[in-house]
Amino acid sequence: MKIHLSSVFVDDQDKALRFYTDVLGFVKKTEVPLGEDRWLTVVSPENPDGTELLLEPAGHPAVRPFREALAKDGIPATAFAVDDVHAEFDRLRGLGVRFTQEPLEMGPVTTAVLDDTCGNLIQIVHHS
Amino acid sequence: MADELFKALADPTRRKILDELAESPGQTLFEICSRLTMKHRLGMSRQAVSQHLAVLEAAGLVESRREGRYKFHDLNTEPLEHIVNRWLRPDEPEGTP
Repeated sequence: MKIHLSSVFVDDQDKALRFYTDVLGFVKKTEVPLGEDRWLTVVSPENPDGTELLLEPAGHPAVRPFREALAKDGIPATAFAVDDVHAEFDRLRGLGVRFTQEPLEMGPVTTAVLDDTCGNLIQIVHHS
Repeated sequence: MADELFKALADPTRRKILDELAESPGQTLFEICSRLTMKHRLGMSRQAVSQHLAVLEAAGLVESRREGRYKFHDLNTEPLEHIVNRWLRPDEPEGTP
């Protein structure tokens, strides 16, 4: 068994697609119209056949309180692996990305947490 | 207030939390939990860390602030002045910054 798909809830799919592609650097994989929304997934350019990330509309009434409670405590919605958290932090901050946690070496891992502008905190991580 | 301060400082986990906040201000509950787990091997529930933070806040040693959707915690060393003044600088009136 493999993880085929993971998802994050986003306020606005267009805005999310821009952030996840132009800023984070993922590429669009599928886009299927579904009424008002779309089945919209992105993948890593390093692994186009790997796990897809679904940018899922956040319209369901349960989503808002759930996401706000997580953000308030600084809990990331998900985590992405990078080669070097410090380098990625510098690159993304240069693009205007806001971080709620700056790079922090915690024993075997280094992490940082950013705001995806669509309602989620995202952790980036590398193993040292 | 003094009793709460000494009670707050008596616990080693709470002292670690203060150490971490001294090193880096403005941490979320998630970051504090991560630091305790990964740096200090203090695996405990978020609820437990939350309760420790509540004790530190009651003693005035930690202040929390909301910024939009996020909540950050900061160290406040001001209550420690009372300890310094009480024994190390008894000639100065208590509470002078």
